[in-house]
Amino acid sequence: MKFKYRNKKITGVLSVVPKNFKTFDEEMENYQADKARTKRLKLVMGYDRHHMVEDGVTVSDMSVFGMNYLFDNGLLKKEDISALVLVTESPDYFLPPTSNVVQGRLELSTDVLCIDINQGCCGYIVGLMEAFALLEQEDMKKIVLINADILSRKASKEDRNSYPLAGDAISVTIVENSSDESLIQGEIKMDGTRHEVLMIPAGGFKMPSTPETAVVREDSYGNRRSLDNLVMQGREVFHFVQTEVPPLIEGLFERIGVLKSDIDWYLFHQPNKFMVEKLAEELDVPYEKMPSNIVTNFGNPSGVTIPLNISFNISKRLLDETFKVCFAGFGVGLTWGAIVMNIGNVDFNELIEF
Amino acid sequence: MDKIISILSNIRPEFDFTTSKDFISDGFIDSFDLVTFVAALDKEFGIKIKGTEIVPENFCNLKAIAALLKKHGAEV
Repeated sequence: MKFKYRNKKITGVLSVVPKNFKTFDEEMENYQADKARTKRLKLVMGYDRHHMVEDGVTVSDMSVFGMNYLFDNGLLKKEDISALVLVTESPDYFLPPTSNVVQGRLELSTDVLCIDINQGCCGYIVGLMEAFALLEQEDMKKIVLINADILSRKASKEDRNSYPLAGDAISVTIVENSSDESLIQGEIKMDGTRHEVLMIPAGGFKMPSTPETAVVREDSYGNRRSLDNLVMQGREVFHFVQTEVPPLIEGLFERIGVLKSDIDWYLFHQPNKFMVEKLAEELDVPYEKMPSNIVTNFGNPSGVTIPLNISFNISKRLLDETFKVCFAGFGVGLTWGAIVMNIGNVDFNELIEF
Repeated sequence: MDKIISILSNIRPEFDFTTSKDFISDGFIDSFDLVTFVAALDKEFGIKIKGTEIVPENFCNLKAIAALLKKHGAEV
């Protein structure tokens, strides 16, 4: 799907990460592979530390914390919120939607539309599309886009494929109408035939969790996990990203008449450092324009990596400057998409701890 | 060729890479070793192996690896 919007802007970004973190070195004993191999992998993939919630903390807990930070610091008023779009794959419940839970806990107006979207690593692209579309309605003020995931609780500690990169975080992005005529353009693709490449097999209605699904088994590479855990077919995911993402971005640039050198920042989803660097090489983009340090400092919090990238790497510069950016997300679904837009002169761009 | 064998042996010293015809199916290198190996080749030969080239058939034996490196202008 190709899409474009006009007269819309991002006016604030807040990223929230748990204080609690573990280092890769601390966890090396969990994995079956020998230490020398695992250490080399650490350097190449950029694993160092990953921030994870304590037991019992939910997406709504972190979302309410972030929203209250904005209210308490005068960065957002409750009466200015028209809709709450929450993108997560780790909801508090099957039902009701977590966005409704957040609305209730914050005592927001009943006029506030609440929408949950089940999306992962491409969740920032999908969430922005939803927010921009909602702003087409009359009398809309601010759309609150929350990206939130705490998938560390679903990754097996003995799975070298997924656990080292598992990270938890939420972000709040404020999207509103603007007099700026600049176009926001993008493209997104999905391929459900490959939905098993990244999944949590058990726990839904297809395969309810049982004592049997909780049994931990070892795969041929020595990784140990159960059917209740996140499973990622690493080689397939890597190949998917390298074959699908660059052509989508190059096709988008050609269609909208943007040169690679026109883009100030390539803010991509970050599963690991190696994958991001190979994307930069394929697109012939300097590494410094495509940061790959989120997984090193925080882990991979799914759809939050792009806003966390904004908060961590551009930080206060975004208060006074405007940049042309290319956002790109890719992962579960399978889903991959990109947006080219201007972002800058925002009201806030902060990173805080929960 | 010695340089390639040296890099491989550094990653998995327990195997003799001169005897295997298929490093992947023989279990000499898994997908994580492959990533480590590619990063080492990039560095040692001053090349940039493309992400789309990181597939088993390009790394299954010494002949395949040498062919890939030559494609990138490396002297093997």
